[in-house]
Amino acid sequence: MGLDFSVIPKYLDIILLGCAWTIGITLAAAILSFVGGIFFAVTALYAPWLIRQPFRLIEWLFMGTPLLLQLFLIYFGLVQIGIDLPAFVAGIIGLGLHFSVYNSELIQTAILSVDKGQMEAARTLGLSRTEALRKVVVPQAVRAVIPPIGNNMIALLKDSALVSVIGVSELTLSAQRAIGATYRPFEFYLLAAACYYVINLAMEWMQRKIERRISISR
Amino acid sequence: MQKVYPFFLEAAWTTVLLSVLTAVLGLICGTLGAAARLSRFALLRFFGAVYVSVIRGTPALIQLFILYFGGPQIGIQLDAFEAGVIGLGVNAGAYMTETIRGAIISIDKGQREASRTLGLSQWQTMYKVILPQSARLMVRPLGVNINALIKATALVAAISVVELTYTAQRYIGSTYKPFEMFLLAGVLYMIIIYVTGRGIAWLDRKVQIT
Amino acid sequence: MTDQPNFVEIRHAQKSFGTLEVLKDISLSVERGQIVGIIGSSGSGKSTLLRAINDLDPLTGGEVWLDGVQVNQTLSHRQYEKHINQMRQQVGMVFQHFNLFPHMTARENVTMAPKMLKGLSQGEADKLAQEQLDKVGMLERIDYYPSQLSGGQKQRVAIARALAMQPKLMLFDEATSALDPELVDEVNQVMRKLAEEHMTMIIVTHEMDFAASVCDRVLFMDQGVVVEEGPPSILFKNPTQPRTREFLRKHLEAAM
Repeated sequence: MGLDFSVIPKYLDIILLGCAWTIGITLAAAILSFVGGIFFAVTALYAPWLIRQPFRLIEWLFMGTPLLLQLFLIYFGLVQIGIDLPAFVAGIIGLGLHFSVYNSELIQTAILSVDKGQMEAARTLGLSRTEALRKVVVPQAVRAVIPPIGNNMIALLKDSALVSVIGVSELTLSAQRAIGATYRPFEFYLLAAACYYVINLAMEWMQRKIERRISISR
Repeated sequence: MQKVYPFFLEAAWTTVLLSVLTAVLGLICGTLGAAARLSRFALLRFFGAVYVSVIRGTPALIQLFILYFGGPQIGIQLDAFEAGVIGLGVNAGAYMTETIRGAIISIDKGQREASRTLGLSQWQTMYKVILPQSARLMVRPLGVNINALIKATALVAAISVVELTYTAQRYIGSTYKPFEMFLLAGVLYMIIIYVTGRGIAWLDRKVQIT
Repeated sequence: MTDQPNFVEIRHAQKSFGTLEVLKDISLSVERGQIVGIIGSSGSGKSTLLRAINDLDPLTGGEVWLDGVQVNQTLSHRQYEKHINQMRQQVGMVFQHFNLFPHMTARENVTMAPKMLKGLSQGEADKLAQEQLDKVGMLERIDYYPSQLSGGQKQRVAIARALAMQPKLMLFDEATSALDPELVDEVNQVMRKLAEEHMTMIIVTHEMDFAASVCDRVLFMDQGVVVEEGPPSILFKNPTQPRTREFLRKHLEAAM
């Protein structure tokens, strides 16, 4: 069949729109996973035993099973219990939850590594435990944890391709649409790969910049 | 519900098979990749770096699609299972390259110097002094790679290999019991991952003994 | 250069890292059986000079000769590898941080190279290990791993490892600097013993007393040049150069 890249320009707008969706989904899921990660981490470390247990179960399930399976569960499961969300929302929730669990691991380690003296110092100033956590411990932990979380976010970008399987029109599915019309899988998947690679490089570049900034304020 | 068990068990076996083959291919690619990245030839180092960067910089799913759907255009005809093993193996190899390389370069340079001053060649030094030490450092992070790889085998569901995730998806569609199907597949995945994890831990203890 | 090179001969050694000159035109010759000490503050280039002798830190200019053969020859990669491995088998080296192989017992540390490079049988190798470890007083620890040994014991095993290749020349790169003070002596005693056996040695050290008592000749290096050299009786007691005097005075104060 051979290769023919001349078909690409005609579908470039679809692919670029797909890129925009991929970036949007990645960003939304990243924010969700960051907030979720902090929530999971604080719960795992400080909540009463009984409350911790269901969260432990969730973490255990999410770390021990493939993301694709989790996406199927969330997409079809939500429908099952009567919540009919657009596919992209289900995708964002799925990606966000999945990475919340991974971020939580990092944040827990970071919180534990924040000097015990910091908590004590805050408490002697009269702050409550929650206030001390919120104002003193967590902000410090977040700084320490940003570089490894950056790695998770780059992984998130690549895993966002999976939501194409539940019908979200992001980059991968856009490529598939173009392939459906042209029967040129190699060309369009290669183009999609190149797009992911460029976004990936941009994220790595931002990660380096952010790391440099944080290293000053630590 | 009972009717689906045999299908899930068979699918789990496919997942195990995929994981084992992928891990073996990944280790081969990882070893070659690390050798290339540590080579004294600039061209090999360059190819090694490109391999790692491109594979780790793009989604594994797209890599699978290029190989499986795009392969025939450049004369590569593979069935879905073969494409899955090769695609995932080459993908895992890029991550393993960095694990293996990291374990090798983390050995104190005094070790290399001491060996070279005794008159051992580069290859003898690598084989007798560096590798035995870095092997100990490798087991655990390679275990992490393998854990990720087992979960990544789910991707081949997207090219219709009948493994656990594909099977779960199929029965979610036909039974309308997403939670049950998820749990069933999830438990099987966790068993596979748990057993593998124990194996890695055993190996790790074994190499640490001395 | 038509004159016959000495047993160890360094001619116009130069070494620079980028714009930084670490060795500036150093020449040195050592006769068979001689013991030469090199002293100087850190960054003076003394370790770099020592490590140039077996081409661990290759010179950027100049020549190193050992027993009539030039060590730092320009050869193709393959030929150089063959040549340098040959040369290094004749030169024992002892490092500040021991660099024992942690995955091998004392016995294995000592026998590995002779077995691989000289084709010793297991029996011969065992005999060799016993001899060499006995010499450094470590025979009873022959099957210990480095992690089970103290710093001084590690260094003695490292010396045995180097001696097992029957080197013509021993290089010591601050062999006692990383040791706790109470462990220094056991290593020094081993080195004294080698001196009595007329082993040719070049010793980079911080220990002036040891250098004074063992060395035939001492070099004081500063900023990449040999400032002064001579027998220890003169160099330590009546140094002629102000920089040498300054260094010795500071060193004495630090020791007090």
